[in-house]
Amino acid sequence: MDRVPVAKLSAVSHRYGAVVALEGVDIELPAGCMVGLIGPDGVGKSSLLALVSGARQIQTGKVEVLGGDIGDRHFRAMAQPRIAYMPQGLGKNLYPTLSVFENVDFFGRLFGQGKREREQRINELLTSTGLAPFRDRPAAKLSGGMKQKLGLCCALIHDPDLLILDEPTTGVDPLSRRQFWELIDSIRARRPGMSVLVATAYMEEAERFDWLVAMDDGKVIGTGTPAELRKQTGQETLDGAFIQLLPEERRQAHHALVIPPRVDDGGTFAIEADGLSQRFGDFTAVDRVSFKIEPGEIFGFLGSNGCGKTTTMKMLTGLLPPTEGVAKLFGKVLDARDLETRKQVGYMSQTFSLYGELTVRANLDLHARLFNLSDDRRGPRIAELMARFGLEPYADKAAAELPLGIRQRLSLAVAVVHEPKLLILDEPTSGVDPVARDEFWALLVELSRQQGVTIFISTHFMNEAERCDRISLMHAGKVLASDTPAGLCKTRGEPTLEAAFISYLEEATGIAGQAAVSSPEKVPKTEAAEAETPDRTNGASNQRPSAFSPRRLLGYAYRESLELRRDPIRLAFALLGSVLLMFVLGFGISLDVEGLRFGVLDRDQSPESRAYIQNIAGSRYFIEQPPILDDADLERRMRNGELSLAIDIPASFGRDLRRSHWPEVGVWIDGAMPYRGETVRGYIQGLHLDYVQQIVQEATGQTSSYPVNIVSRFRYNQDVKSIYAMVPAVIPILLIFIPAILMALGVVREKELGSITNLYVTPVTRLEFLLGKQLPYIVVALISFVLLVIQSQIMFHVPIKGSLLALSFGAFLYVIATTGFGLLISTFTSTQIAALFGTAILTILPTVSFSGLTTPVGALEGVSYWIGQFFPASYFLIISRGTFTKALGFADLLPQFMALAIFIPVLTLISVALLKKQEK
Amino acid sequence: MRLANIYQLGIKELKSLRADKVLLILICWAFSGAIYTAATGASQELRNAPIAIVDEDHSPLSRRIVDAFYPPYFRPPAQTTLVELDRAMDSGRYNFTLVIPSNFQHDVQAGRKPDVQLNIDATIMSQAFIGATYIKSIALGEVNEYLTGRRDSAETPIRLATRVRFNPNLIGVWFGGVMEVINNVTMLTIILVGAAFIREREHGTIEHLLVMPLSPVEIMLAKIWANGLAVLVGVTFALTVMVQYVLKVPIAGSVPLFLAAAACYLFAAASIGIFLGTLARSMPQLGLLVILCIIPLLMLSGGVSPRESMPPIIQNIMLAAPTTYFVRLAQAILYRGAGLEVIWRDLLAMTGVGACFFVVALLRFRKAVTQTQV
Repeated sequence: MDRVPVAKLSAVSHRYGAVVALEGVDIELPAGCMVGLIGPDGVGKSSLLALVSGARQIQTGKVEVLGGDIGDRHFRAMAQPRIAYMPQGLGKNLYPTLSVFENVDFFGRLFGQGKREREQRINELLTSTGLAPFRDRPAAKLSGGMKQKLGLCCALIHDPDLLILDEPTTGVDPLSRRQFWELIDSIRARRPGMSVLVATAYMEEAERFDWLVAMDDGKVIGTGTPAELRKQTGQETLDGAFIQLLPEERRQAHHALVIPPRVDDGGTFAIEADGLSQRFGDFTAVDRVSFKIEPGEIFGFLGSNGCGKTTTMKMLTGLLPPTEGVAKLFGKVLDARDLETRKQVGYMSQTFSLYGELTVRANLDLHARLFNLSDDRRGPRIAELMARFGLEPYADKAAAELPLGIRQRLSLAVAVVHEPKLLILDEPTSGVDPVARDEFWALLVELSRQQGVTIFISTHFMNEAERCDRISLMHAGKVLASDTPAGLCKTRGEPTLEAAFISYLEEATGIAGQAAVSSPEKVPKTEAAEAETPDRTNGASNQRPSAFSPRRLLGYAYRESLELRRDPIRLAFALLGSVLLMFVLGFGISLDVEGLRFGVLDRDQSPESRAYIQNIAGSRYFIEQPPILDDADLERRMRNGELSLAIDIPASFGRDLRRSHWPEVGVWIDGAMPYRGETVRGYIQGLHLDYVQQIVQEATGQTSSYPVNIVSRFRYNQDVKSIYAMVPAVIPILLIFIPAILMALGVVREKELGSITNLYVTPVTRLEFLLGKQLPYIVVALISFVLLVIQSQIMFHVPIKGSLLALSFGAFLYVIATTGFGLLISTFTSTQIAALFGTAILTILPTVSFSGLTTPVGALEGVSYWIGQFFPASYFLIISRGTFTKALGFADLLPQFMALAIFIPVLTLISVALLKKQEK
Repeated sequence: MRLANIYQLGIKELKSLRADKVLLILICWAFSGAIYTAATGASQELRNAPIAIVDEDHSPLSRRIVDAFYPPYFRPPAQTTLVELDRAMDSGRYNFTLVIPSNFQHDVQAGRKPDVQLNIDATIMSQAFIGATYIKSIALGEVNEYLTGRRDSAETPIRLATRVRFNPNLIGVWFGGVMEVINNVTMLTIILVGAAFIREREHGTIEHLLVMPLSPVEIMLAKIWANGLAVLVGVTFALTVMVQYVLKVPIAGSVPLFLAAAACYLFAAASIGIFLGTLARSMPQLGLLVILCIIPLLMLSGGVSPRESMPPIIQNIMLAAPTTYFVRLAQAILYRGAGLEVIWRDLLAMTGVGACFFVVALLRFRKAVTQTQV
């Protein structure tokens, strides 16, 4: 350990709100070897790795990596091409819908590699990891072990000098785990200078590391080689050594777990599964699985992620009806709708599925109530459980804030709140540290042995599997073997359960260790390949990456468009949805006030009154309804909205008219909808004047009684038909709503799902990231624009009188602005719901009301006027209407083009400013 | 189905809502600031219409006409020339232009009935017709007054007494404020319930509920009453404080009756939200679905443009949307003071449509929850 350290932390502390993750850590990590971080969950291992990788912002202290300060932005840009970081969680930074090749290819692009170089490297990596046969399989369909190998390929694509792996083998089956470490060894043999930094919860893995850092509660509690640590503590195993290193009070809580033997009391089987199968489309998740579990038994289900354990368990809870086969609980065929059986079952799902925002007590109380515990039983039961599961100190804390181990205890407490006879636990201890796991098992043993509860549990920890009465080994949807742990070892003739399991797996997959390691003859070949392109490593490691790289930008654009293509439903919604909406809105939003219902209270019933009514009924605006009977009828029919207009003709109308006594006609207009009321008033006054003139003309022969003639010219839309005004207006509406909502989830979804890490740890800049993501959506929006224009011609026959080119250019600028708007919302929100809601609230109102759609911008006042001015839709609306109806060209629309063009850099710059290149 | 379960789950729902501060802020904005800006800002009646006048006469009469246009209906008219007129109208600078020819006053006095040209930008549908009517009557009034000292024209054989009911001065705020409340109710309820459902699916909590002795009906009803209650509180605030007190809109009918109807509408809208939540498989899909669904609901239910003017097919399609009934009955209660005896049919239809969505969502519930997601 006399070399320069690969990383040096001085007085580093890190906290998340009130929770301390790291506290005054001072440590030097040796270079050129494999350094392991061991310790329970939530002690700060991941935080430490994230700080070293540069993914997380340093709060206090100093972190030097590869000889420079990683907190310095310039150094980080230079160092990042030399660091590879694989975050915790299976395939967390992978893209599930992309294929194996596409995933690695994407990372190659982020590091600015050319096409030939990428192809060569990817082939090398996929061959040496044994992933070559699965090149075109989507990452989502890989097993846990394969996902991690793929993650490793992605990390190694740029030949890093420092490889950081955060719990790379958690949730991976033992065979894949062994292959994974062999792979790491072979890579290290080829590149001896590379430093590897690993966090792990498996102590047996830690044995193979060169140097260990034991951590607890945000502090380093011991360092040294595995042998040194064992020697320091005087323990034979690392597990024991670690427990010895723990502070006194933590250690006391722990004692070796003893499982009393089970007394077989016969009775009906608790679970009987007979030929259970589950198919999703052409994918068989579970293939004819059968087993029987006796009451009071602890039955283990062992297998890697994605082998069908969870699906089988879901079928047994009734969540998922089996495609084939029968499941019986306590001798009764499982019926999903039978609420009684459910009362006998407690279920704990793989992911934490309690309500994080509720307190511990509230969660327990809610479930107790939902299981109908009576008021007098509920209180004592909750108190008892809190005491038994050690939850009292956390009673009033929100569940989301608890450490993982405590949360799992709460989940178990909730699962048993109604004293079920059967517990179905899906990987309850995944990601839980050894001490907490033992505590958890102590509770299980007590339930099984003292209360006779049947426990059906899935796990990938071998030492847990050994504690089960019987286990089933599962792989690729099939049960390989079922027996007692000892029985399985005996059948295979292997000393340990792990070895037995591996031998079963090897038999099942028929690969027997092949593909795990690149065969020896391949190594020189790859080295030769490396020699052929000698400057690539130098290029990556010694130069600062360029400040802006079109290749990285296109890398993101390429990936985003692949993802979009893999989600045909979303693409169809986006393209067909806009066509559909255009159809509905174009025809539907009509500002032609027509077909108004009117009724007449004709108290006169003379030829004159009938002629007057006929004049109104004959216009296209009004439809006559049955006559109004009396004042009460008028009142009623106006109140229920049946009549928009009521005409009251006085009794003496005809006589008065003949005698030139100026009879007065009363008109009632429904003003509930002011716009309509106003229009009706205009219509009726116009019709009235026409009629009056007609009478005058008949009487006197004069053509007009007016001193002037006002000649109206309705321009741009001679027929004053809504459709000519609305179709050009609907296009801008649709080109903001849909692109913005598509884009709005772009960044925030990466934040929620974790792949945002790739922005943090690769040389890609924020601008490249944002523009790259935006590009495919701009293309989608433009396709949508073309469809809408075609539709306007074919379906609506609204001619484009002006320049189509100007319209298209305007649309181009506009969709860049609208996707930019969605992107902006996406960068400042942190959840998808907030992004959705925010986009809806912030686009719909301004577009519909303030951008000139129904009310001209000029007529707006105050705040709404200014919102309209700062909203891109206002400008494109003018362009769209101008080119469609007013025969305008480029020159006429210059100010609008300019305005739209200004939005683009402004929106992008605000987004860049709001987006963080490091996690806080 | 047990009421206690529905109650307990609903309480949980409310606690979750309380924990989401950003969402609460957005909800508050939706029922206060958004209502205010929408009501006072945009109006469909004539307001500040930009008008220009080409005065080639420069006579006392023509100046009299120019001076007759003033706010709030019109902007002070701009003077322009025949040459500039086309360009200015093309760019949308003026919606109306009035061309007064030379010798206008002279011709009028000589009884030669000169032509005055009125150009109207007919792409601004909402103002074109109304504006033209106003301009004509203002110009004629001025000429009449100039000639005879009276604004109304020569003797007419029939007089017309127009009276506008329910909103005598046709004030747009009365309409815009209430319609914005309805729009936000629709948007909020559908997004809140739909997204909450997808989130529970993504986090697996809904699976957890399904293995307990709970039926999907209970889970759905709990979501509906809890979110509905939150929105109802918002509606009550918006109507009493924002609409009645701040915007000073008189409400003709019974506010409790409206709130009761709103509760029925919330049930319907929330059912649509859950239904969309069972259709979409992920949040991005839900987002698009919500937009595809909300836009027609907002634009075509009669809250933006009158229903009578829509093509019959659209009118019929929109009968399948609860919003159509709600807009209609809200207008009846709030503006026309209608009572239950008038609106009961719409109320029943609206609840019925909601129930249909509820049942379809219920039938899809289990399938949607257990559908595997990539």
